[in-house]
Order: sequence, then C-alpha cells, then structure tokens
Amino acid sequence: MTLELILFFILAAIATLTAIGMLLSRSTVYAALYLVVNFVSVAIFYLLLDAPFIALSQIAVYAGAIMVLFLFVIMLLGLENLAGELEWKKLVWPLVMGGILLVEGVFLVIQRVGQNVYIGETGTALSDPSLMAKVLFTDYVLPFQITAVLLLVAMIGAIVLSKREKPVLPSQGKEA
Amino acid sequence: MVPVSYYILLSAILFSLGALGVLIRRNALVVFMSIELMLNAANLAFVAFTRVHETFSGQIFVFFVMAVAAAEVAVGLALVVAIYRSRQNIDIDQMSSLKG
Repeated sequence: MTLELILFFILAAIATLTAIGMLLSRSTVYAALYLVVNFVSVAIFYLLLDAPFIALSQIAVYAGAIMVLFLFVIMLLGLENLAGELEWKKLVWPLVMGGILLVEGVFLVIQRVGQNVYIGETGTALSDPSLMAKVLFTDYVLPFQITAVLLLVAMIGAIVLSKREKPVLPSQGKEA
Repeated sequence: MVPVSYYILLSAILFSLGALGVLIRRNALVVFMSIELMLNAANLAFVAFTRVHETFSGQIFVFFVMAVAAAEVAVGLALVVAIYRSRQNIDIDQMSSLKG
C-alpha cells in the first residue's frame, strides 16, 4: 500500500459516505453541506490526478457558487425540513434500478479499462495551467465562446423566471 | 500508484448514488443536488482518463461541464422558486398539472 493508495481509499470513503448522507438526510441544509464535503473530496481527487486548475475551479464554482445558490434558495423559501419523505416501501424499485446501473458500470470498467493501467507520480506536464489555456484558446475557442452565450442566456432566463409579476399601480411606485 | 480502474469505479458508484437520489427523493432541491452529484462523477471519470491519455481534452470538457452545470443550477433554482410561489411546495410528485 503506497501513500497515494491509502489517500485514495480515505477520500473515496469520504466521497461515498457523504453522497449517501446527502441521499438520506431529512434536512435540505444538511444535504447541501454533505454535498459540499463531497465536492471538496472530489477536488482533492483532481489534485491527485494532476489537474490543479480543475480542482480550484471545482472548489470555486461547485463548492462555492453553486452550493451558495442552493443554500440561498433553501433559506429564502424556508425549506429546511420536509417531513414524511422517504417511504421505505417505495424504495425497492429505485434500489433495484440503481443496483443494476452500478453492476453495469462495474462490469464495463472491468471489461474495458483493464486492471493494469496505473496512474503514476504527480507533476507531469498536465498540471501546468498555461499549457491547458493554450489548448483551450486555440482548439476549443469556439466552444468557449458558445459557453459565454450559454451563461448569458441562463442568466436572462433565471431573471425572467424569478421576476414577480405584479401590476404596479402609479401610487405604489413612490412608496417603494 | 493507483490503478485508473479504481477512479472509474468510484465514478460509477457516485453516479449510481446520484441516479438513486433522483429516483427516491421527492424534494426538488435534493433531486437537483443529485444531478450535480452525477455531473461530478462524470467529471471525475473525464479527469482520470485525461491523466491516462496525457491530453488536455478531458480537463477542458470538465471545464465546459462546470459551466453548463452552473447555468443549469441557475435556471433550475429559478424554476423551483417560481413553482414554490405558485404551489407553496416543491414536492415533485405533485408537479403533475401538465400530465394528460
């Protein structure tokens, strides 16, 4: 057992347990916090896989922006607890289907990836963000620009969807 | 020295847990979180394969997936807020008014 393997197993246990915790927690806030821990552990996996830029954007975008948005909505709407969810009788079919999905995934991995491909020491050329930026802004520059348009459209869509449609009377305009 | 299949197996486990979350939870917010979990599992597989094939394409795809996930969450949460305003709950079993 090398150090990396031990680290891998500890992080894998954390990621799996927090995912299960998210699934089973009654409180939405706890689910969101479990998911933050999961995202951070996945970010450490990215560091182990020589992708420091992806790791930091994972923490900034997922654990930062997206989860803050989630917590904002949870607390804005007051949805901290939803009692009476999760009836165990209804769980049978989803569990069977999730199990089938998992078995299928494991089978494909064992069949196609093989056991002999190892990931070596960190510190290869892949960990250099400037090289990644070179590829991103040459080969992938069109998808990059389309992403900008996508984010703009999503922003406009979110504003339109959450705008309160309220007829404003002329007398009310001054009070606000 | 970690075999790459371990990473892919972890990714499969996380993806299955996310799919299970979509199936068993009725709270729309937790369903969204499960979708995020599935996207994350796919990202982990992408980065693991990037490391094996020594090319940046996988990392760049992860970058785009993150952008799409951010856009999806913004629109999805706006939808949740709009639905909550009109129905006073976000139980996805009760969002069936479009059913024929």
